[in-house]
This record gives sequence, C-alpha cells and structure tokens, in this order.
Amino acid sequence: MTAALQPLTSLQAGQKATVSEIKLPPPERSRLQELGLVSGTPVELVRFALLGDPVELRVRGYNLSVSRHEAEQILVQFAA
Amino acid sequence: MATGAPFYVVVTGNPNCGKTTVFNALTGLRAKVGNYPGVTVERKEGRMLGAPADLPVMVLDLPGTYSLSPQSLDEQIVRDVLYHRVPAVPPPQAVVLVVDASNLQRNLYFATQVIELGYPTIVALNMIDVAHKNGHEIDAAKLGEALGVPVMPVVASSGQGMSALREKIVAALRDGRGAVSVKSFCKPPSELAREVSAVAKQIAAPVTPRHSFAEALLLLSDDKFIDSSGGHYPPATRQTVEAARRRLEEEGVDWRSAAIESRYSRISAIQQAVTTDRLVAAETFSDRLDRVLTHKVWGLLVFVVVLTVIFQSIFTFAKLPMKGLEQGVDFVGQHVGALLPPGALNSLVIDGIIAGVGAVVVFLPQICLLFLFLGLLEDTGYMARAAFLMDRVMSKVGLHGKSFIPMLSSFACAIPGIMATRTIENPRDRLVTVMISPLMSCSARLPVYTVLIAACIPETKVLGFVRLPGVVLFTMYALGILVALVMAWLFKKTLLRGPAPMLIMELPPYKRPLARTVLRHVWDRAQLFLTQAGTIILAINIVLWFLVSYPKNSEVKREFDLQRAAVETKTFPGLTDPKAVAAAKADALAHIDIEEKGATLRGSFAGHMGRALEPILRPLGFDWKIGIGIISSFAAREVFVSTMSQVYNVGGYDDTEEGTQSLAAIMREQKRPDGSVIYTPLLGLTLMVFYVFALQCASTVAVVRRETNSWKWPAIQWLYMGVLAWTLAFLTWHGGKLLGWG
Repeated sequence: MTAALQPLTSLQAGQKATVSEIKLPPPERSRLQELGLVSGTPVELVRFALLGDPVELRVRGYNLSVSRHEAEQILVQFAA
Repeated sequence: MATGAPFYVVVTGNPNCGKTTVFNALTGLRAKVGNYPGVTVERKEGRMLGAPADLPVMVLDLPGTYSLSPQSLDEQIVRDVLYHRVPAVPPPQAVVLVVDASNLQRNLYFATQVIELGYPTIVALNMIDVAHKNGHEIDAAKLGEALGVPVMPVVASSGQGMSALREKIVAALRDGRGAVSVKSFCKPPSELAREVSAVAKQIAAPVTPRHSFAEALLLLSDDKFIDSSGGHYPPATRQTVEAARRRLEEEGVDWRSAAIESRYSRISAIQQAVTTDRLVAAETFSDRLDRVLTHKVWGLLVFVVVLTVIFQSIFTFAKLPMKGLEQGVDFVGQHVGALLPPGALNSLVIDGIIAGVGAVVVFLPQICLLFLFLGLLEDTGYMARAAFLMDRVMSKVGLHGKSFIPMLSSFACAIPGIMATRTIENPRDRLVTVMISPLMSCSARLPVYTVLIAACIPETKVLGFVRLPGVVLFTMYALGILVALVMAWLFKKTLLRGPAPMLIMELPPYKRPLARTVLRHVWDRAQLFLTQAGTIILAINIVLWFLVSYPKNSEVKREFDLQRAAVETKTFPGLTDPKAVAAAKADALAHIDIEEKGATLRGSFAGHMGRALEPILRPLGFDWKIGIGIISSFAAREVFVSTMSQVYNVGGYDDTEEGTQSLAAIMREQKRPDGSVIYTPLLGLTLMVFYVFALQCASTVAVVRRETNSWKWPAIQWLYMGVLAWTLAFLTWHGGKLLGWG
C-alpha cells in the first residue's frame, strides 16, 4: 500500500520522506535528479529560510537549497 | 608525443570538492589566470611541480561542475574541454578527477560520467579526513576496482597524499595508453540502450573509442545537448535523436530520467560496497553552526555584522593604503618631472601616463580587501548561507541572493563590486547586478556631493532639528538604491528576460579557510584587474588628459608669458626685504599659473565640448563651465571638483575641509550673464541628481567591458544611466521651479 503523494514543503523541518516524482520543467527536473533526487531517494527537510523561502534539503548526505516553488513540485511520500 | 610540448592534464570535479586546493597543491603558486576565448569563464593553468625534466606537465583547472549536461556557461566549458571542442585548449592526455569523500554519491555521478569518456583517469579521493570525522571509512583500493581507474586518497588542504598523486599522474602519462577497457556505470533499460547504440554508430570521429556510447547517451537524454554544441552535429544527428526519443516515448520510456536513475542505482551499490560506517554523533559541527547562521533571527544578525565589517573595511581601512599609493604616484611624478624638460612630453608623462597609472593602482587596496573577504566567505562556505538568507528578498526585484555583496561593495566603489559579481553563477543574474551596481553612490561621488552641498545647500534645519545638508546627502544615497531596484526589475522584464533561474544551490559543509587558497584568490583578482581593466583605464585617462590639455593656444601662452615677465620686473614699493619681494613675486607667478591653467582648460577640446554640450545642458540649468566639469570627470567623478577649481581659477585645491570651503565660496559668487546666482540650492540638487545617475567613471566602463567581454553592455549601461541622469535632473530642475524653489 502506498501513501498519498504530497509536496515536499508539507514536511516539518527535520522530517524525512522519499522522493517520488518531480513535476518541474526538464532543466530543473533533470538537474535535481542529477543532484541525486531520483525517485526512491530518502530526503530530509532541514529548514525553511526567512519567510519560508528558499528551502534547505538533505539528500545523499549533503545539503541543498531549492526555492520554495521548486520544493513544492517535488512530490514525496513518507518513509514506511 | 613531440618532446618539448608539455603534457596536458585537466583537473575536474564537482563544486566544493576541493578541486582548486588540489590544483594549487599540484602547481604551487605559479598558475596563471585568464579567460577562455570569447567568454568570461576563468581559465587557470600552471605547470605541475615535481614533474620529471623530460616530462613537463601543464595542469588546467576546470570550473566545478555537477554533470556533463551543462546548465551554465562554466559547465559548458567543462563539457567542451573534455570533448575537445575548445580550439584554444589542447586535448587532455590525462584527467584528474577530484572526488569529495565526504559526499561520495553525488560526486560519483559526475566522476562516472567522466570515466566513461575513456581518458587515462586518476581519481583524487579528497577530504578523507572529513569523511573519517563523519564516520565514513572508504576503501580506496576497492573503489578503484569498482571504477576501473586508480583512486588516490588525499587531503589536499594539508598536502597528504599529494606526492603519490603526482607520481601516479606521471606514471599514467608515461604509460600513455589510457584505460584499456572502460567501465560503463549506466545500464539503461534495453529500449534506451538500443537507441543509444544506434545513435553512437552515427557519431563521427569520437575522441576515444568508448566515447561514442557515452556521447550518444548524453545526446539522447539531454534536451539541450545539441543546441549547446554549436554547429558540432549535422542535422541528420538531430533527426536521428528526435526519432529515437519519439520511439522511446511510445514505449513508455522516460528518456530524460532513465540514464540518471540507472547511474544512481549503480553508484549507490558502489558506495555501499566501499564504505564502512562507524556510529558517530548524527549532527556534525557544520550542522550545529548552521542552526545559528541560517536562523531567522540570529542568522540575519550575523549577516548584518559580516556586511558591516566588509563595508567598513573597504570604505575606511582602504583609505590609508590608497592615500599612500596616491602620494607614491605624486612622488614618482615629481621626480620624473624633474628629469624631463618642461613641455608637452613632461605633461604627457606626468599628467597623462603617471597619473593614469595612479588612477589604476588606487583601486588595488579596495579590490584586495574585498576579495580577501569574498575569498574567506567562499572558502568557509558562508557565502552560500548568505545567499540562502537573502534569496527571497533579492528575488523580489529579480536579483540573486548573492547580488547583495557586490551591491554593498559598490557603495565604496563599483570596480570591486562589479568584479565580485563573479560569485553569481547565473549569467543573467550576474549581468543585472553588473548593470545596476554603479547606481550605488560610491565614495568618488562623496567629494562632488560635499562641494555642491557646501556651495548650494543652506545650513538650515528641517522640522526644527535635522540638518538640511544631511537630509540632502541621505536623499542622494536613497535615490540611487531606489532606482537601482527599479532598474533591476526593469532589466529582468526587458533586456535580460528569460525563464526564472534555477535556485538550486548546494550548501557545502563549513570548513576552515586555507590562507593559501584565499590569498591566491586575492592575487589572481588583483592581477586580472591590473592586466585587463588597468590597460583600458590607462588609455582612457591619457585620452582625457589630451582633451583637457590641447589645443595649446600660443596667443594665450604669450599673454601669460608677458604677465610673468611683468612680474619679474615689477617693483614692490611697500616691500624692502628682498625675501618678502621674492615671496610676493612667487605668489604673483603662482597666481598667473593658475589663471593660465584655467584659460588653457577653457580653450581646450574639453572646453569646446563643454560649450558644444551647452544646448543639452541648458535645460538642466547647467552652463558650459559645468559642462567642462562633467566632461573631464568622465575619467572619475571626483575629478569634477578639481576641474571646477581650475575653471574658476581656485588654485591648489585639495580635498581638505578648507579646500572644499574655498571652492564652495568661489562657486557661490558665480553669476549668470543676467546677474542671477548660478549655484542656487535647486541647481546644486539638480547637479547632484545628475551625478547620482550618470556613469561618470571610465574605470567602471573598462571593468564592465572586461567582465562582460563585450563593448555592448558597457555601452548600454552608459546610455541608460546617461538618459536617467538627464531625465531625472531635468525633472528636478523644472519640478523645483514649479514648486518655486529657485
């Protein structure tokens, strides 16, 4: 049974989930995948910056900042 | 390989993997910095230390990159060098791949792509000390087996493992054959593999035999690979690729992601096989530091403190060395002047060349200080956090989080500010920042504001307690900022429109900065400025010297010579002491010199241009004398003040309080032909508004030319700022009149 997909930004700071799909135009989507956010990858939402944008993630052992808009289009499911 | 020509080795890797540290350790301090032809991507190369005499090695440091599917100019250069498409760069005979051991998976993504190209490749597994601290032990031999290339564990910052790496590079070059069998790390789904093989057969002249499969894979899975390759591929290739993509789509294969996913699954397997994890505290020192430095309150506070320190340094601490340099240049000028007979050559050497060199070197203290700080911020990893904090605010007007420091630096001087925009990766964001930075009121405008305020603005109180001059000064600074933000927004909507830039940015772990790396950075910047922008600044200064010194009018000269002769024979009835007579004579002669200088200036090309400009300047309330000031201060804004003192025959102007006051006093006395006062408060305001906006700085033009690699952007910048200056000055003048201010 798979949990419903939700945007990465619905996570609280410190919560972890698994990347499922990225609904962004090809250059952003491909770049995020090349940076390791392929489907099935565990990801942690580290923190939101001032005013909730950008968003800091932790993936494959390093930290990444993406805009809130981008983070909203990264769909995740909670790790079982 | 012909003897003599050095072997060519490139160093490549992800951003923040310590690539530059490895490069510095390989080459020592002998690298030279330049640009790739036609673009402003920095090219750094140097001879490898410790290479045998019969095998000289040249090392090229490529920009940091995440993948061979380029998303920026930097990344495109890396791809093109590795594909041997940059004519100015010889094909590499070996590749040193720097891999950050503390961030193995993502680093291996690019590393495996490069290994597949089939060059003789050596992996420098860097920062094994950090990986160890984080609880990861990596078996280098096992990793080497998995990758099919030698893996050398190093700690580049301390030099550990570097001599072994050097030996390995030499051995690889001696061997010269390259990898016999190259591994492939991408097992795409069979449908994709089928199409890749078909495309691979079409690629003419691959660089290495294995190359064609890797290239075909990129051709298929990267949307922009063909477009970013110029005319490299014939139309037939595009058709084949597009047909293949259509077939794959029908078969339900996501051709963009399939290769990436397959590569990462292989990488994950390799990483798990070669790494042993110890249990350590889940939170690293860097994570704990980030809790404070990216905190919504404390982080911002720290940021403000950091900015204040930087600003204070370039604004205040740079003053002393700048003064020293100026005095040094004056000293040299005087001594050289004494060697040359008076005349045209003397004037060219002293007022043209030596003063021009002075105009170049005077920027060095600010540039060095700013880049010292920028180097520290970058090398510690704080720069990314500053951008993280400021991104939201800056993106509101279409700027990048990293635009903040260049803009702030521009309050001291736009030259280091514009050079600092190199930290902004996105070319469009960078260009917008370059275009608006000179709108910040720099320190060269301050003497102009000061004199005009002293001459024109009455010392009264506003609302009973605020000094009017202070209000005016503040307004000028605020006006620049406000218009800069509006212009940034406008540029983003018009000339520099484009898709919203990706805001994907790595936040590398904090680390202790390396003095060697930071100082090297400062040195490179200073060197680039002197050799590239400095030459243009010098040339413009010589042209301007010519405009204010020529033509020489022999009649004017004769007239003043007569006056001088008259002084020599003049008797001073009231004076009996010969010393007093001599002093009075010297005084009179000095006064004649000042008047002659003024007359020459008024009759010079610049003087004529000032008159020619009058029709444009009259609507702003300026006369031709102000026109001369404006033309000559194109070299640098502060020249306006010294030029005005020449125009009005105020001798010996210097930027002391008395100098300012005596010039201001003379200016207050100036009358128009109809007898009205020229320097009214409204005229002062109008002229200041003009100086807020006009790009009156040859050095800025030169630096923008260098940083954008074309005359197009400095021309656009000069024009838009000129139009702004004229329009807003016009509105100030006539608006003020309507309000009855003057």
